Amino acid sequence: MWQNFFWAFVVGGLFCVAGQLLMQGCKLTPAHTMVSFVVLGCILGGLGWYQPLIELAGAGATTPIISFGNSLVKGAMQEFSQNGWLGLLTGIFEVIGAGVSAAIIFSFLAALFSRAKS
Amino acid sequence: MSKKAQKANPSSAALRQQAAEQVYQNMQQSQKPPSHLLRNCFNAFWTGGLICLLAQGVQEILLRQGFNLENVGAPTSAVMILLAVILTMLGVYDHISQLAGAGSAVPITGFANSVSSAALEYRSEGLVLGVGGNMFKVAGPVIVFGAAAAFVVSIVTALYYSLGGGAL
Repeated sequence: MWQNFFWAFVVGGLFCVAGQLLMQGCKLTPAHTMVSFVVLGCILGGLGWYQPLIELAGAGATTPIISFGNSLVKGAMQEFSQNGWLGLLTGIFEVIGAGVSAAIIFSFLAALFSRAKS
Repeated sequence: MSKKAQKANPSSAALRQQAAEQVYQNMQQSQKPPSHLLRNCFNAFWTGGLICLLAQGVQEILLRQGFNLENVGAPTSAVMILLAVILTMLGVYDHISQLAGAGSAVPITGFANSVSSAALEYRSEGLVLGVGGNMFKVAGPVIVFGAAAAFVVSIVTALYYSLGGGAL
């Protein structure tokens, strides 16, 4: 169990270093950095190369935004194997839906009951 | 004063101004705080690592509550998103971001922070046009490009499997 925590820390940290290098070294905006990570995650997910990393690092691989891309492809491919080509459309948000919905709902509630701290 | 000198005068003034601007730009460059790439990378590493460590802790707790490795991902990220929204609401996440840089932007908590901070910031413009219209101002590109890229990648992968390709 302790090695799970170790790998989560190391792998998650390394993704953030890669992000910092893209933002500061390559002068990308945070939005461009996140978009590059998601697109990279999609490609890795399509090749099936991201799942081994999740098995090694657990939350260290599923928490960085790169896993967002992997989950999008994963959902689409799951639905494809069950329902055929239409599954590519219905499945894209299948795995990631929980995260996006949570972000929308919690943020909306936060905006209802609170104002921006300046 | 001759016509020629009158003509030369404004251009020399322009030149002088250009030179002054050059000097000012040089000064600005030299006064800029040096950006420590190495130190920022170190900060991004340990803060991002800690966020993932926390997520791993949440995941271990959920696994003991009867979730399995297949379905534990969604509730784990939901808990992390809830934490990030609460910290954004309290104004703490901004302070973390200043230290962490990419360490707080790359994990899913950074995505939640960008959604909730936009929602809070535009609250004064009303619920529909302010909150509803601007919530995804920063996070929108991630979803748009993610969905588009995932669609292309999954079409290619599905074609590959349909044509009888083996596992990669």
